[in-house]
Amino acid sequence: MSDLIEDDSTGNVPEFSVSELSGAVKRVIEGEFGFVRVRGEVGRVTRPRSGHVYLDLKDDRSVIAGIMWKGVAARQQTMPEEGMEVIATGRLTTFPGQSKYQIVIEEIRPAGAGALMAMLEKRKAMLQAEGLFAADRKRPLPYLPEIIGVVTSPTGAVIRDILHRLRERFPRKVLIWPVAVQGAGCAPQVARAIEGFNALSRGGALPRPDLLIVARGGGSVEDLWGFNEEVVARAAAASDIPLISAVGHETDTTLIDFVSDRRAPTPTAAAELAVPVRMELIGAVRDFGLRMDRAMVQRLEVRGQRLRDLSRALPRVDELLDGPRQRLDVMGERLPQALTRSVDRRKLALSEIAGSLRPAVLTRAMAVEQRRLSERAARLTPALDRLVQARREALGHRADRLSARPILREIEVQKARLADLTRRLADGQEARQTDLRSRLDALTRLHETLGYRETLRRGYAVVRGDGHVVTTKGAAENATGLEIEFADGRLKLGGGSSSRKPARAKPPEQGSLF
Amino acid sequence: MSETPVEKMSFEQAMTELEKVVGMLERGDVALEESITLYERGAALKKRCEQKLKEAEEKVALITLDADGNPVGTKPVEGL
Repeated sequence: MSDLIEDDSTGNVPEFSVSELSGAVKRVIEGEFGFVRVRGEVGRVTRPRSGHVYLDLKDDRSVIAGIMWKGVAARQQTMPEEGMEVIATGRLTTFPGQSKYQIVIEEIRPAGAGALMAMLEKRKAMLQAEGLFAADRKRPLPYLPEIIGVVTSPTGAVIRDILHRLRERFPRKVLIWPVAVQGAGCAPQVARAIEGFNALSRGGALPRPDLLIVARGGGSVEDLWGFNEEVVARAAAASDIPLISAVGHETDTTLIDFVSDRRAPTPTAAAELAVPVRMELIGAVRDFGLRMDRAMVQRLEVRGQRLRDLSRALPRVDELLDGPRQRLDVMGERLPQALTRSVDRRKLALSEIAGSLRPAVLTRAMAVEQRRLSERAARLTPALDRLVQARREALGHRADRLSARPILREIEVQKARLADLTRRLADGQEARQTDLRSRLDALTRLHETLGYRETLRRGYAVVRGDGHVVTTKGAAENATGLEIEFADGRLKLGGGSSSRKPARAKPPEQGSLF
Repeated sequence: MSETPVEKMSFEQAMTELEKVVGMLERGDVALEESITLYERGAALKKRCEQKLKEAEEKVALITLDADGNPVGTKPVEGL
């Protein structure tokens, strides 16, 4: 039978049971992929209560399931979350019960700081969009908290620094909520601690703090990563108790710093923000007390002094009246005297004036005036006579000087002058006549000399025709009658015809003189 | 003026009130009678402040958690 069956089947191919095959596959896979590094994006992540972490690693085509055991997960500095680009190290194994294979992750970390930061920025933007960073969400810190809750590692320098600085400034009650400050447990534990402190009641067995400090010392970005987790940020934002964040060094900023009410650069600085300096306050209170006392004392002193001054300045009634009363007495005494003196003085003045008023005085005065009058009257007539005499003399003097002699003398003088001038006029006239006559003779002679008549005497004749001097033959021929003048007389020749004899006439100019 | 009785005031409240009282007394613009009342209040406030300042006791405790991370009690911390 078995042979038959074998013959009927597919030859000599060995036959496995399912478990055998699964086991064989498992051996091959685990042998071949005992240690692998795989890069991919984190897909869905689940964290059951067991503490193990299940997640998918994927790229654009494929998916590999992954598991991280509880112990391993706690060691991780960065908790993988969906969307994060990671590099996982581990081994492949199969899960025969479901025909599955998966990677058992030993270590998982972000694929470079860039991937981590990109994710942080995304998260930050989301929370900001929700308004969790808004300034009006920040609550003021209590001036002097009674109880301070500190969320941090119970061991290490951080809690020591905080307690030390609190002790220096103002010792307080401190409750420490221990948490892991790195690794996968960090974020959930910190979030839980913040929520836990807020859940405490004020009067309970565990007293509720009135200020929280979430602190961690410096470290790498991965070390601090838990404080970048969303759960932490949300828990801090939701805290009713004012919260100071102090994570890493001054240069490190984590997500919790954006949602906390105050951010301290260091844990020590957080303690300084948390409480004032006690000694300073003691000084301040003492100072207030002193100022209050001083103000009060000064007030009382000022008022007391004022009261004393006023009461000193307030005189007794008797004293007030003493002066006026004395003045009244003095006045009363002086009044009759003054009256008497005044009457006396006036009486005296009157008698002085009345005494000088007598008839003799008037008579004397009249006599003086009369004398002056008669004196002046006496001087009046002679003065007038003297004046008339003087004027008369002046008149006589001038009348004396008034005689006809000077006038007669003047007449004589002027008469002589007239005779002289008359003679000189006659003389002058005569001389002028003689002169003119002789000049006339001379001119007559000259005229005769120059006249044609003298020429006639030398044998020349003047021919005239029709009354005009004829100087040419033509004129003579045309004349109706000619007249010839000789020195001794004129000879008329015919009427009309000829006098052939041309006269040697004078130049026409000369002829025209006649 | 705050309605809180002085004995119930926080340090900060008492301090703020005290400062106010000192300022009023120093300005001297209240009647003498009132200034005496003010002074008495100031003295009480000062006493309250001093009392709160005297309560400067350091007490550090570590919260103990159960396996699920729930607080169950405290234990004193020494040597930190």
